[in-house]
Amino acid sequence: MTRLELRDISKSFGALEVLAGISLHVAAGEFVSILGPSGAGKSTLFQLLTGALKGEGDMRFDGAPLDDHGRHFAFMPQRDALMPWRRVIDNVTLGLEVQGMPRRAAQEQVAPLFAEFGLAGFERAWPAELSGGMRQRAALLRTVVQQRDMLLLDEPFGALDALTRAAMQRWLEGTWQRHRWTALLITHDVREAVYLSDRIYLLSARPARIISEIAVPLPRPRAAGSDAARQAAALEAEILDTLLNPGTDPASLPQTAQRRSS
Amino acid sequence: MAIGEDRDASESPPLRGRWPAGQRGFQRVERRRSFRIGKAWALYGRRPPLSPSATSPPRGGRSASAIAKAIPAAISFTLLLAAWELNARYGGAAPTMLPAPSRVLLQAWENRAALADNTLPTIRATLAGFACSLVAAFVLSALVDFLAPLRRALFPLLIVSQTLPLVAIAPLIVLWFGFGLMPKILLVALVTFFPMMVALVEGYAATSKEIAQMLAAMGAGRWRIFWLARLPSALPYFFAGLRISITYAVVGAIFAEYAGAAEGLGIYMLNAKNNFRPDLVLAAVAVSAALTLALFGLAVLIQRLAMPWENAGSESRGGKSSGESSQ
Repeated sequence: MTRLELRDISKSFGALEVLAGISLHVAAGEFVSILGPSGAGKSTLFQLLTGALKGEGDMRFDGAPLDDHGRHFAFMPQRDALMPWRRVIDNVTLGLEVQGMPRRAAQEQVAPLFAEFGLAGFERAWPAELSGGMRQRAALLRTVVQQRDMLLLDEPFGALDALTRAAMQRWLEGTWQRHRWTALLITHDVREAVYLSDRIYLLSARPARIISEIAVPLPRPRAAGSDAARQAAALEAEILDTLLNPGTDPASLPQTAQRRSS
Repeated sequence: MAIGEDRDASESPPLRGRWPAGQRGFQRVERRRSFRIGKAWALYGRRPPLSPSATSPPRGGRSASAIAKAIPAAISFTLLLAAWELNARYGGAAPTMLPAPSRVLLQAWENRAALADNTLPTIRATLAGFACSLVAAFVLSALVDFLAPLRRALFPLLIVSQTLPLVAIAPLIVLWFGFGLMPKILLVALVTFFPMMVALVEGYAATSKEIAQMLAAMGAGRWRIFWLARLPSALPYFFAGLRISITYAVVGAIFAEYAGAAEGLGIYMLNAKNNFRPDLVLAAVAVSAALTLALFGLAVLIQRLAMPWENAGSESRGGKSSGESSQ
């Protein structure tokens, strides 16, 4: 069942065209990635979804026009955006508090999740006392406890060192399998996209349009198996090829979304 | 203030007066602050990275290291006072020109009742003026944050207000508002308002874009975002401004009293000067310095209490239950 559907989304800042006709869809329980070069307008797309910006085009959620943005999406920004002046548990309950839940009730609701997110014992710590990986997990926990229909993850691991990032990807893949959140991930890390996603949209450089849509048929869990690893490597190579030589790959054209004539 | 008083009274019988006036008292206050807040005021409020033991201190070790840190300052103060004392005694200057520190101290003690009587009004004026200034800074900075045009209307005015020479303005304000508390409040506010206002407005603007964006995505309105993100983000800036402006506050009050008042340190200084008593002028100066230091220490202390997360992270992990309440 398709939950989010975008048709021909465009956005310009003055003369600067950022998004040039983006169409994509995300089904319930699906993990979809948007993969593209830096500065392609990936974050702009999320701002359109969360209602921070207005663009042109048709945005639908569960078939209905997307109007009340806050109701559907839980947004996790690029850096963890933890508030240094709130303890970890108060950061995690932030979304619930904004929704109007009393702090005590919100804390009771999120407390049982700390163990699964590797944060047990750190409820009363300040964010500054956490490691980079823990901060990201706290930020993700803050995002999922909002119980929105869909997660928007904006390069959640971009600021981490390579090892921590790999560990976080494994952890996220495992956790996602248990919860099956509907998720849309923005990333410029090919391996991350292949490792985590069911489907990947490849974005061109600005003005961004979708140059290819790639299904990732790899079995889950994806941590092990040399066969799967080879398959993943092949996919990664293909994606890199498409991204780095966009003009010379006619094979991807049939999959290209309807391009705006402007 | 009460804290400083009690400590002085309990620890040093010879200086049992109300105010730790005179240079020795000055020095001791300084060392005491160091003891309580690390080397904080010496570093202008920035607390040095603490050893892990600092959060749950074996008391003796902590105070020993604090004393060790205060030694250089103590030496420089002692040297300065000694040089002054020697010059005053043997340099041939008359005591009515250059009184020795010992004489200042002695005279301060002998005139302790008059000094105390004139210190209280100054404290009252300082605190009242500063409180008004603080409230005004918060209210106006919040307004400016919500209404951008207001900022363009107000800031030029505020900047001009900082160009006014206090010497010229103080007598005028006394002329307009009389000898009561009002002109003092106004002058204290005039000199303390601007740094706090600027600090707050800058602080709001320093809010992380991502936090604001995330809150908006959560469905928070403008007021909610201000309360949850912009105000806490401004706290470090605010306290930087507070530390600057609190050092102006006592001076502002004294200036107002100097321009005309029935009582207060400012008028006390003026009278002492007119009576050729530089020793009493200096005694009053020492009291005002002690006042400013005490207020500064208080500001640093409040900052530490208001921002318990400031020192997290630089210490050892797992200091999660330090007993401070969350905000």
